[in-house]
This record gives sequence, C-alpha cells and structure tokens, in this order.
Amino acid sequence: MTGLLLAEFTTTEKWVVNSFWGVIAAVMVYAALRVVTTKNVVHAALWLVVVLAGVAVQFLFLGAEFVAVTQILVYIGAVIVLFLFGVMLTRASMGDDETVADEKRAMASVVGILLFAVMALALVDSFDDTEITADEPQSVATVSDSIFSQYIVPFEAVSVLLLAALIGAIVVARQD
Amino acid sequence: MIAAITDPWWAQTTLRVVGGLAAVLLVAGTLVYLHLFKLVSFMQSRLGPMEAGPFGSLQLLAEVGKFIQKEDIFPRKADRFVFAAAPFVVLMSTFLLVVVVPGGPDAWFVDSEIGIYLGMAVSSVSVIGILMAGWGSASKYSLLGGLRATGQLIAYELPLILAVLGVVIQAETMNMQGIVLAQAEGEIFGWGVIGNPYILTQGVAFLIFMVAMQAELTQTPFDMPIAESELVTGYMTEYSGMRFLLFFIGEFATAGVFSAIAAVLFLGGWYIPGIDPADNIMNVLGPIVLITKIVVLTFVVFWVRFTFPRFREDQLQKLAWKVLIPIALANIVVTGVLKVAF
Repeated sequence: MTGLLLAEFTTTEKWVVNSFWGVIAAVMVYAALRVVTTKNVVHAALWLVVVLAGVAVQFLFLGAEFVAVTQILVYIGAVIVLFLFGVMLTRASMGDDETVADEKRAMASVVGILLFAVMALALVDSFDDTEITADEPQSVATVSDSIFSQYIVPFEAVSVLLLAALIGAIVVARQD
Repeated sequence: MIAAITDPWWAQTTLRVVGGLAAVLLVAGTLVYLHLFKLVSFMQSRLGPMEAGPFGSLQLLAEVGKFIQKEDIFPRKADRFVFAAAPFVVLMSTFLLVVVVPGGPDAWFVDSEIGIYLGMAVSSVSVIGILMAGWGSASKYSLLGGLRATGQLIAYELPLILAVLGVVIQAETMNMQGIVLAQAEGEIFGWGVIGNPYILTQGVAFLIFMVAMQAELTQTPFDMPIAESELVTGYMTEYSGMRFLLFFIGEFATAGVFSAIAAVLFLGGWYIPGIDPADNIMNVLGPIVLITKIVVLTFVVFWVRFTFPRFREDQLQKLAWKVLIPIALANIVVTGVLKVAF
C-alpha cells in the first residue's frame, strides 16, 4: 500500500515525506494536549483516537505496514472502544465535567516527563543518526521471523502475562 | 478501479477515490433496490415501488432527494461536533474496507501483502462512530443502542477474524489477490477443473463468517442495537435528513462490502474456471463475477433478515462466546494440522 508512495518519494523527493511527517506530528501533539486538558472524558478518549491514528500513519511512513494496521486494530478498534464503553456505562455526562480532577496534574506530568526521557534515551541510544530508508514496506514474513526467533522469550513472556490478566479478570468478575 | 503502475501517484489516487465511490454507492444502491424494495415486497406478497421509472427502479433517487431536502436537526443538548461527525466515521470505515477487495488481476485498489488483516482492522473503526452517535445524541435510547451495538460488534468481531484465519492458513497468504489465485489454482483431490473454492474445505469457517457478518451488520436476528419496539431506532434515533441517509447508505454498503470479502475468501472471488487468471479479459469479467456473488450472498443476508425473529441480548452474547468462538478455534487447529500433514 505504502510501497508505491514510499518508492516514489523517498528516492527523489524526500522533503514530501518529511513535511507530511511534520504535519501529522504537529496534529498529534495538539491532540495529545487536548486529551489531558479537556474537561470531558468522552472528548479525551476521542482525541486519543486522533493521536493513535497519527501513530499508525507514522508507522506507515516508516514502511512498517503490519505494525500500523495492528495499531489500528488493537488501539483504535479495541482499547479506545473499551474506554468509551466503560465511560459511557458509568458516567458519560454531556458538556464539561467539573469533577475531572486537577490535583493529579503535577504527579501525572512528572510521570509523563520521566517516561518521555526513558523512551527518548532508548531511541537515541539505539538509532543515533542512522537514516531509516524505507523504499518498500517491511514484509510480514520478516516481522514474524524475528518475533519467533530473536524475540521469542519476550513474546512468550507477554503471552503468559496476557493470559494471567485474562484469568485474573474472570476471577474478579465471577460472583461465585 | 484499474490503476496502471505508470500513472503518477495523484492520478492513481483520483482513480482509486472515484472507483471506491462507485464500488460502494452503486453496490449499495443495487442492494437497496433489489433486496429491500423488491425481494421483501415479493416475500410479503406486494409489489413494492412501481411508479418512479420502470418497475420503480428510480425510486432510490426519489428517496435520496427526499432525505436531502429534510431539515438537519440537532437535539438541543447534543454534543454538536460529535453528533455531526459520527455518520462520517461509520461511512469512512466502509470506504476504507472496500479498498482491500480485488475485482480482477489488475483491477484492485490496494494490493497489500496484509490485505485481509487491513480490512478487519478498518472495519473495527465503525464501532467508534456508533458510540459517538449514541453518546453525542444526548438521548437514553441512543446511548443504550450505542452500548448494545458495541457489545455486539466486539463479540462478533472475534469469530469473524478467527474464521478468516482458517482461510489464511490454507491459502498461506493474507493478500486478497493471493487468496483468489490460491483458490483458482487449487485442486480437489487432483481434480483442478473448477479450482478449489474454500467453501468446500472451509465450510465451517464460511458458516461462522456468515453468522458473524449478519451480527456485524446488525441485521435481524441480531438487530438489538436498533430494536424498534424497545429503543425506537437505537443510536440512529435522533438523526434526520442527510445524516440519517449516511447511516442508511453505510448499512447497505457495508453489507455489500462484507459480502464481497466473503465472496473473495470462500467463493473464489473474481476467477472463472477455465480462463487463465492472468488474462486481460478478467479485468472486465472479474468485477461482473464478483458483483454476481455479492448479490447472491446479500440475498442470503436479507432472506435471513426478513425471516427470523430477533434474538434476546443474552442469547446473542452466548451464541458468540460459547458457540461460534470455540468452533472457530477448533477449525483453526484442524486446518493447521491438516496443512502440516498434507
């Protein structure tokens, strides 16, 4: 899907891809700020959809088609839907909700900055100045090969973690 | 629909947008006329629309004209932006879904390596639009309808995707074109005259797919989200005029697109036995074959819709989680074992 676009632009007109990247990044930053500043919980979840869709597009620009589609399926199609479902089942007031807490802002920003620092450090540490040229999309076979060989242990660990969470949820939810 | 590789990207994009609009709107219009107007009338011993055009075939234009003229009403307490945007989110998901369906060897919108996975991902986005409509209307009927729809769509997405996995394992590819070719080149115990449509080997998956599709489309017997005797029309209650029309188009267009995907996965898509799949003539015949299969499959959908009574909410959830998902998982295991064994 992105193969054509990437092949056309990354070889000749790199600035096109780069400027699209910048525009989408700006939209994502604005949407992310709205997620934490809006007083309406449903609006916050909907702004989060914009951020996550932006992440999917950025993955496409890097040629990671499979990861981009997984991002849409898992985050937009499942996680956000569950957020909205939960919010609407419990308290989905229209308009601004003044009980949305302000006092946790300081703590949340500390956590956010720490998380950003760790991830930025990890990214800079592993990629440094390498230029990522994606003139064709990464094939699914490559992704699956690396998951089931190089990253088999983390993959299995995540599987066990998810299974434990699943069983835990059933245990918590059951009445008897 | 036919995009030559040599065209510049903007020309290809324009062709794809026009082709996508045609593929969604023409199919949706055909289905409304054939099934909703005429088939149902036949089943209920009446004639259906007869006045506008020959056999009432222009009734559709009259209906669209009527909806466009109507006032665009917003409930006073509604969240205006969310309310206004919701039908577009639902329709966008349908338009993104149609791009994965191939109509011939060169007649495709997107020939992605992960075609069917992409389709399943974008089809799940429509849930967001339904939740936006339910909440944004500021009406308890809408909210209940939206919540019911979400619970149902989440529950039936799983058997849908698991049923597709059986086909993907057998075809050894997620590319829609690859799945068609695998069926065209397949053999039934060494007899390869008609290829091997996967409805023969994946019959269980086909049944699960059709049932889950019926539920994903919220057609009776799975239409609790818009149960008219309980919720007026569920999440669509507060919509009128153009925005209601968008939901309506979305409903029928999605029925067509999901049937197209079922046709590609299980009925062999666009190939005709006896004609070389790479032959250029297939770019013309392929879409016709595909549309015929779409009409046949949607006929089944609407036949069921107008025949069966509505399920209860708990029966619906039980059917998905306790019947369809276990059978679909068993189907995957059996397919995988047989794939390795042969």
